[in-house]
Amino acid sequence: MGQKIERDQQRFRKLVRGKVKSNLSKYISRGEMIGKKGKDLVSIPLPQIDIPQFRYGQKGTGGVGQGEGDPGQPLTAPQGDGDSGAGDQPGGHILEVDLTMEEMAQILGEELQLPRIEPRGKKNIVTTKDKYTGIRQTGPESLKHFKRTFKRALRRQIASGVYDPEKPIVVPVREDKQYRSWKEVKKPESVACIIYMMDVSGSMTDEQKEIVRIEAFWIDTWLKAHYQGIQNVYIIHDAAAHEVDEHTFYHTRESGGTKISSAYEMCDQIITKRFPPDQWNLYAFHFSDGDNWGDDSPHCVDLLNEKMLPKLNLFGYGQVESPYGSGEFYEYITELVNNKENVVASRIPDRDAILGSIKEFLGTGR
Amino acid sequence: MGIPYDTKLPPDLRALKREIEGYAHEYGLDFYETIFEVVEAEDLNEIAAYGGFPTRYPHWSFGMAFEELKKGYDYGLSKIYEMVINNDPCYAYLMRCNHTVDQKLVMAHVYGHCDFFKNNAYFAHTSRKMMDEMANHGVRIRRYVEKHGEDEVEAFVDRCMSIDDLVDIHSTAIRRREEHSRYDFKEKEEDQLRLTRFKSKDYMDDYINPPEALKAEEEERRKKQEESLRTPEHPEKDVLLFLIDHAPLKPWQRDILSIIRDEAYYFAPQGQTKIMNEGWASYWHSTIMTTRALSPSEMVDYADHHSGTMATSRGRLNPYKLGIELLRDIEMRWNTGRFGKDFDDCDDLDKRRTWDTKLGLGRKKIFEVRRVHNDITFIDTFLTPEFCQEHKMFSFNYDEQGGNYVIESREFEKIKQRILFGLTNFGKPWIYVVDSNYRNRGELLLRHEHNGIDLKLDKAADTLANIQALWSRPVHLHTVVDNQPSLMTFDGSNHSIKNLGESDDPRKHSPGKAK
Repeated sequence: MGQKIERDQQRFRKLVRGKVKSNLSKYISRGEMIGKKGKDLVSIPLPQIDIPQFRYGQKGTGGVGQGEGDPGQPLTAPQGDGDSGAGDQPGGHILEVDLTMEEMAQILGEELQLPRIEPRGKKNIVTTKDKYTGIRQTGPESLKHFKRTFKRALRRQIASGVYDPEKPIVVPVREDKQYRSWKEVKKPESVACIIYMMDVSGSMTDEQKEIVRIEAFWIDTWLKAHYQGIQNVYIIHDAAAHEVDEHTFYHTRESGGTKISSAYEMCDQIITKRFPPDQWNLYAFHFSDGDNWGDDSPHCVDLLNEKMLPKLNLFGYGQVESPYGSGEFYEYITELVNNKENVVASRIPDRDAILGSIKEFLGTGR
Repeated sequence: MGIPYDTKLPPDLRALKREIEGYAHEYGLDFYETIFEVVEAEDLNEIAAYGGFPTRYPHWSFGMAFEELKKGYDYGLSKIYEMVINNDPCYAYLMRCNHTVDQKLVMAHVYGHCDFFKNNAYFAHTSRKMMDEMANHGVRIRRYVEKHGEDEVEAFVDRCMSIDDLVDIHSTAIRRREEHSRYDFKEKEEDQLRLTRFKSKDYMDDYINPPEALKAEEEERRKKQEESLRTPEHPEKDVLLFLIDHAPLKPWQRDILSIIRDEAYYFAPQGQTKIMNEGWASYWHSTIMTTRALSPSEMVDYADHHSGTMATSRGRLNPYKLGIELLRDIEMRWNTGRFGKDFDDCDDLDKRRTWDTKLGLGRKKIFEVRRVHNDITFIDTFLTPEFCQEHKMFSFNYDEQGGNYVIESREFEKIKQRILFGLTNFGKPWIYVVDSNYRNRGELLLRHEHNGIDLKLDKAADTLANIQALWSRPVHLHTVVDNQPSLMTFDGSNHSIKNLGESDDPRKHSPGKAK
């Protein structure tokens, strides 16, 4: 039992999410179930698919109920089953029961058929953890195993005939004392760092930043589902690069020129200083409109090739299309994509393309 | 006794079962061997989603039902108390985490259902080996899925489910038509073909037997004969059967359609007797618990749960409540002799109120009622104005201006009419197959027997499309829209609906009503 219904349930969910091509899609209704959580009413989403059948229209129908009320009086108050109880929550404050981040990542994964990420270098990235597994005769009092100590003391007293059931006092001596002991366990650690870089030169408009934001959100969601600890680093650049916090990252607008290599250099420094690649899974994503300073591009490719790529799990380049950018940087990256397996490039002309590009970025399973 | 089955039942529940079963026998309930299985809440939700049959065929709709039950349970909004299967032996499920008092209540309730399944006339035709049959259905459909692919089989099952209510529930008890052989070639008797001609003198003949009348009669005869060549000869309410017999289906499709039809017929009586069945089971759990099984410390819990089940609401009748109260009312009336001519003719309200002939036939009467009635005849026969008043019943209808339902009336006749309407044909429209060679082009003509309420047009159109997919030729539906006889058509790619003039009213032509 259990497996069967799960299959049917999965099938239903796929239908609801439109993952299976089916002519049922037009019968999907987004129902809800009203529940109570403390004082608040909560709405539990309950999608349904109604197979069409011959039915009566509403006009002229009716039924029978039980309760008070005079003819002509409407049956239902604003909502609910009209039971007088429903009336005492003013306003009917309804909260949505939200998806958890894990559920969302799961949906994303299912939706885009993303492979699970294999954390790199499991062998290399290890942490040691103390695990209490054994017992020994010596140790600090704070680790005394009371139950065992007591038992040993009791046994000794009974054996030596000191124990008096009428006056059951058990006094442990030095030899009775038992202490917890620990072992050091080596555990593969999977922590990751995501470095987002964005071109904030004048040619990037708000719309493009919004696209980057959405993209980054989903990348975060997906990676968070695979690593225990995630750190984010944000770098913005025009002709020079700065490390910033998340808010500044999305809200800064500079007007200068563009020198992509500045960001890559900074990224490399940060990695070397703070995130040694033998301890971290590293992800770098760069978003730009593809415009770059004259002969800077070859330099960037060199930087990537020689310094960054060997350290990174994945380097993603997302090119948002702006009315001002030339987009030529994309050509340089595509060359790399063909040679290196941990480079992905994706074009994101508009919001509709976000999903596809996330799939391109994360579809590598790295 | 089914010891091998009982293994899952822990000793305490086994003792409980023996006890409650004893009480049930003592009260004269008559049931098949009943097997209780103890399951987790999750499993109970699963079984309930499959309509009680864990081995049912795979379909997303069961997954949908499960999700609803599970969410309801997880968020503490709803909980299934009992689940009992009409089968021999009867299967019933108990939730492991229920309290003893709940298990008692459920067991007592279940024996009520089991007795009802076995003895009510409307269940007489149902298979008592449905557990096995459902499992076979499941195997067959799974095999088709393997062979033809999930998508294709599922799409077909979806279509079948769209029309699984187009059955003729009374056909199990009534012979709809004379058996006749296809090989009956005997010529119709001569005089049947001869026209009505009155005896007359030659010179009067034109007056006594006017040629126009003869012609009209001949015309009518011809028409009638033509109609008798039609398939189906009479309007057929069992649309599923008709499609199984006549639609150009592949063997596996025909098999699935007949599986869906079998199950529809199996479940139909439960729909036909919802009020009685639940009323009967509630009557017995109440009787057994309050007179026998309940220990004093369980009183409050029992009362709480019982009243929860019996809660009434303004928007919907609670079948448990209506059923149990009506049965108690009947018992009271037959105990005190409050029926028949003398009682009906009595105008003295005071006398009526204290009427008691010490007849004492109440218990006997309700046993008889549970044997011969279904919900419709039950309400029709036993609902009284006093009962409606006592239980504050009212009828409501849809107010188009306000866009909501409003209380319509507290008059007995109106209330009864509304209840009966909701029960008749399960409150669904009547659809018949009228002609399978419509316009002489192999098109299927259905007729909606209009009784004042229009169909929901968008749903009807989609349903029609599903029937078309089975029939593969264009399909039409005669119905009435805003008082206009109309013909809805789906030809495989386009929907259309056209108004028919009064003369084209299908009801006037329908062979069922031919004079």
